[in-house]
Amino acid sequence: MTERFVTRGFVGRRNPTGPGDIAERVPPGQYLTNDFPVLSAGPTPRTPLDRWSFTIRGLVREPVTWTWDELMTLPNREWTVDISCVTKWTHLDMRWRGVSLDTLLEHVELEPSAAFVIAFCDGGYTTNLPLGDVLNGQAFVAWEYDGKPLAPEHGGPARLVVPARYFWKSAKWVRGLSLLDRDQPGFWESLGYHNRGDQWLEERYSGD
Amino acid sequence: MIDHSDDPAIDRELDGNALAGMLESMFGGDMTAVPGRCAHCATINMVGAMRVYMGGPGAVLRCPACDEVVLRVVETAEATYVDARGIAYLRFERR
Amino acid sequence: MASPIAWRISTVGAIRDETASVRTYTLKLPDWPGHQPGQHVDLRLTAEDGYSVERSYSIASEPERTGEVDITVERIPDGEVSAFLHDDVVPGDRLEVRGPIGGYFVWDVPLGGPLFLVAGGSGVVPLMAIVRHRARAGSTVPTRLLFSSRNAEDIIYREELDRLAAAGDGFEVIHTLTRSRPAGWTGYDRRIDDRMLTEVLEPLGAGARCYICGPTALVEVAANALVRLGLPADRVRTERFGPTGT
Repeated sequence: MTERFVTRGFVGRRNPTGPGDIAERVPPGQYLTNDFPVLSAGPTPRTPLDRWSFTIRGLVREPVTWTWDELMTLPNREWTVDISCVTKWTHLDMRWRGVSLDTLLEHVELEPSAAFVIAFCDGGYTTNLPLGDVLNGQAFVAWEYDGKPLAPEHGGPARLVVPARYFWKSAKWVRGLSLLDRDQPGFWESLGYHNRGDQWLEERYSGD
Repeated sequence: MIDHSDDPAIDRELDGNALAGMLESMFGGDMTAVPGRCAHCATINMVGAMRVYMGGPGAVLRCPACDEVVLRVVETAEATYVDARGIAYLRFERR
Repeated sequence: MASPIAWRISTVGAIRDETASVRTYTLKLPDWPGHQPGQHVDLRLTAEDGYSVERSYSIASEPERTGEVDITVERIPDGEVSAFLHDDVVPGDRLEVRGPIGGYFVWDVPLGGPLFLVAGGSGVVPLMAIVRHRARAGSTVPTRLLFSSRNAEDIIYREELDRLAAAGDGFEVIHTLTRSRPAGWTGYDRRIDDRMLTEVLEPLGAGARCYICGPTALVEVAANALVRLGLPADRVRTERFGPTGT
């Protein structure tokens, strides 16, 4: 590796990770922010709520679809979680409202071979996860951020949130999940991003 | 050209000029003035005129006529991945 | 000679205030291979621990000025790179750059005109390279710059643009201010829209070559309007600066 030229006086706008208990919550290689940066792979979709739906399909006995109004009747709660993006920002205590994937999956009967999910979204984005990574409170579908309806540029009307993974797995504009018997790399996983994306193990890129 | 001027994230949408340095270092010459034909709708646009969305390590170039993905690029710590399936062809003029 | 994509070390020469929040840095590069008006450089800042960031900055100076390039940078509050440039960089400092980059958003005299230049804020920078080159080359190709700024004191290069427009060589500047106007203001007083573009383009005609640069929303509105007016898409060249400009 060639010797890098160092710019006099430049340290970058990285926040110190703070006192010990805060520092422990920041995964390796990340810096703290209070911002909510917008990154995307395409134009912001604008599905009106009266045409929106969420579907679980694939290796299930019967696919299930909820309209927006039906989704709103499901038991939901507030989630306060730390979020880490692969671009190195971490935002602690982000407050969401939504429904657990456990609650949604209660409404389908999984085939015994169902072992992976792929989330699909307006605009064509996809991301993949092992089924075990989205059960037991590890994932939810959120429609509110910080007490307000989720803004379109942040994934509204609803997005997936999987706090234990880099934020690219928290698919914006989610419209459903497909249950699969084998892993199917999603939009970024198929082009060099890590397949699993555990921020505590710094699984940013394939080969990490 | 598809009008995105009412997109709430409009300012995050750039164009091929934003990837000029990276594309040049991969392809060995300026790519922004290279016309490319979209594999989805067959419209021809120069790379500099294509829409770019920055997703972090990954960037997406989309056709300004049909919004479909023309090119995807990911820069990891060690390598750059390019998915060019959305390009039917690139036209390099010989002088 | 280093290839255009290699990183070079420039030395900061003069630093000049254009407005309260905009500064021009002359970067001395004795082996600079030259550039076309409209091209940019990539700037790379690296901390001791290897952390690095890159930004692209349009070259503001004309290619007739050799051995150095000017970049004009707006200080964005909390902008990681622009704040460093404004607050910490002094003449004599060395900065890593690579370039010149870009072949799409370029114009030089042999391409001909008429020329319609549309700028929003710091989007004027690459268009200024075009305007300066045109003047140095003694061109009289009919050229109009439609320049949107927030307030009169935010107009970058104002005195120089006034001077060039007074030269009587076919170059005109039409300003629009979107936030506030000084007393006696005779320019436009709103965001660029279809009607304004039609009016300003009209004397140049439908054969004009157009270059639009600025925040994405402005570029989107202007480019869509010009295409609707019938200008061929490949004669409407755009450079989107995103939310933070340079």
